[in-house]
Amino acid sequence: MSGGPRQVSPGSPEWPERLSHLDHPPQELWVRGPVLPGARSVAVVGSRRATPAGLSIARELGGLLGEAGVNVISGLARGVDGAAHLGALDAGGPTTAVLGCGIDVCYPRQHAPLSERIAGSGCILTEEPPGTQPFKANFPKRNRIIAALVAAVVVVEGTERSGALSTARWAADLGREVLAVPGSIRSPQSRGTNLLIRDGARPYLGPEDLVQAVPGLAATGAGPAGGPSLAGLRRPLLEILERMGPTPVYPDELGQALALPAPLVAARLGELEVAGAVLSLPGGLVARTF
Amino acid sequence: MIASAIGCTVQGLAGVPVTVEAHIANGLPHFAIVGLTDRAIQEARERVRSAVQNGGFEWPQRRITVNLAPAEVPKEGSGFDLAIAVAVLRAGESGIDSSGTAFVAELALDSSLRPVNGVLPMARCLAALGMRRLVVASQNAAEAALVDGLCVLPATRLQDVVEHLRGLLPIQPARPGAGADAGPAGPDLAEVCGQASAKRALEIAAAGGHNLLLTGPPGSGKTMMARALPSLLPDLEPDAALEVSAIYSLRGLLRERPAMSLRPAFRAPHHSVSRSGLVGGGVGIAQPGEISLAHRGVLFLDELCEFPRSHLEALRQPLEHHAVTIVRSRAAVTFPAEFVLVAAANPCPCGHLGDAKGCNCDLRQLQAYDARVSGPIRDRIDLQVSVPRQRFGDLFGGSEGEASAVVRGRVESARQMRSGRLADPAAGTARTPSALSRSYRTAPAARRLLARSGERLRLSARGFVRVLRVARTIADLAGDDGVGEAAIAEALHYRGEMAA
Repeated sequence: MSGGPRQVSPGSPEWPERLSHLDHPPQELWVRGPVLPGARSVAVVGSRRATPAGLSIARELGGLLGEAGVNVISGLARGVDGAAHLGALDAGGPTTAVLGCGIDVCYPRQHAPLSERIAGSGCILTEEPPGTQPFKANFPKRNRIIAALVAAVVVVEGTERSGALSTARWAADLGREVLAVPGSIRSPQSRGTNLLIRDGARPYLGPEDLVQAVPGLAATGAGPAGGPSLAGLRRPLLEILERMGPTPVYPDELGQALALPAPLVAARLGELEVAGAVLSLPGGLVARTF
Repeated sequence: MIASAIGCTVQGLAGVPVTVEAHIANGLPHFAIVGLTDRAIQEARERVRSAVQNGGFEWPQRRITVNLAPAEVPKEGSGFDLAIAVAVLRAGESGIDSSGTAFVAELALDSSLRPVNGVLPMARCLAALGMRRLVVASQNAAEAALVDGLCVLPATRLQDVVEHLRGLLPIQPARPGAGADAGPAGPDLAEVCGQASAKRALEIAAAGGHNLLLTGPPGSGKTMMARALPSLLPDLEPDAALEVSAIYSLRGLLRERPAMSLRPAFRAPHHSVSRSGLVGGGVGIAQPGEISLAHRGVLFLDELCEFPRSHLEALRQPLEHHAVTIVRSRAAVTFPAEFVLVAAANPCPCGHLGDAKGCNCDLRQLQAYDARVSGPIRDRIDLQVSVPRQRFGDLFGGSEGEASAVVRGRVESARQMRSGRLADPAAGTARTPSALSRSYRTAPAARRLLARSGERLRLSARGFVRVLRVARTIADLAGDDGVGEAAIAEALHYRGEMAA
């Protein structure tokens, strides 16, 4: 199948049946790559400004679904969306990006290489005619398509006003399963997902929570794979890790909490970084990646 | 009649002796100065004539030509006034003996002597050439007297100088001033509450001469930390101190830093500094900039990202070569500039990343800002550390930390260990990561950690070298012969280069 964009109209064999569940389905779609049937599709969405832990969860989940052959649908945005696509691609699984702009417009610009990879092995689609710029108003419309296409939506992170919450609301209206990754009540990036859980969304604590929503996922027996592992970390390293959460902290705060001298804290953080368990961020802050 | 006197000028930090020749010929009264001179030297004609007359001497009403040799060396400033006056007087009158004596001072119209900039480097050059005596204005005597083997004669009036040369008036040679160091300036480390990471980074920077970037929200104490760094540095060797004082002499800044001071300098130029003010330059013969004033000391750039990018680009060469070369059409000069760079920056555009107030910047803004902070000199920063805002309770209830003197003791022994290692010729030539790692005696476990870090953190080759150097300094501070795993891990944590 060629990578060039083409138009798909209702009635065409490629037209996704599930879009008819919408009150106002799109008139037509512009598509690159094959449109995949919807039953085995999961949307992984979340904040553009995700925490390192959120990115890590999204990527891991994308990989997990990819390995199971489940189509990972997301919005190609920075943050969680991009990480989910990337995880699916790296696992060799199908993934679909639904855009809020024309098929020939690359937004966000830095995701150009990612979008090429998706077009190569997955699918990119949009209802906006070619040339449409990424106007703000397009994104809620785009979210309804994501919600319609999938069997379940997993919201990884998001603030109270995040676009990911709008996807979750569309999904709930359409009777799709909504899952949310719970987080600390202090973390603004988890405020949205925690609110979803309060409103009745299923908390996502691990792949087993997805099994009911996505038929066929259980069969693969996939466990968390590819992500960093705690195994093999020495006791003193775990001691530091236990004090850290997804919210970035200063090394000095860890030193104070554990009553350790600064050189020791620095050495352990250095080792944890090499192990991939800790990420150092601009400004000298550190955060746990999982 | 023809006579001469010795003066001196400077090119960069090197003195250039100048022979001032005066020829008095018959003809209409005329006074000309030749020899690639600047405006200040041309104006010397008026100053010298008035000073000579007001000193009670007769100005020859004949045709006077003064030549400053070598004629191809550009010369500037008012320091030739005294030498010109002596040469002219000698040409008109026998009995003035100026052999073995050099003259560097400006003349006032009333015949008194005024100080000029750059006397110290000139004195060093004249002494090296075997000149025995140097006459200067008394305000310049203390700095000139620091040079061994040169008899410095301070004078206040032209008449005194001439009387002395006639052998009628003895002038007491100047002595170098007593060591007037008031101890390290700036805050003591014990005054800084908390900030354990930043203190540790300062110690490593002081021991190994590593460049340091401090990031933290406004008001968290970045500036205070930077100002405490000089107190961790050991005293300079006398030779090195003299070199630093020579640079201050060129800029006429010895009032700020006494010529005999052994303390490392601390310079903190504001971000509105001009490029030539920062790296050196200016009209005419180039002057040393802030980076040379910070030679063998600390250059502190507060609000790093407020500095124009071109300024930071200009720092790359000096950071690499420990010297700066300024090329002009008339002359290229080199100034030493071996300094520890301490830069401070807010962690993000709004300044509150990681702060209780919360940050409103998005990830893209953060990345753009990070690139702006460290882009031009990222690969010259060895250590990056955060300076968090202190909680109110810590500021008052916090325990006192170590005093600067204690840390300075460790720094000194680490530096001794390093210079002992550098004496080994094999260590001096190691450049590649693997050669460095061998010469640093890196333990096998440490090497494995480093190899793993290359994969995970995507360190560049230059990044490897920096991590190794910092780790070696950490081992020096601990008094360890070899570099262990912990030293590598700690160095990795401070690395300036972020994982992509």
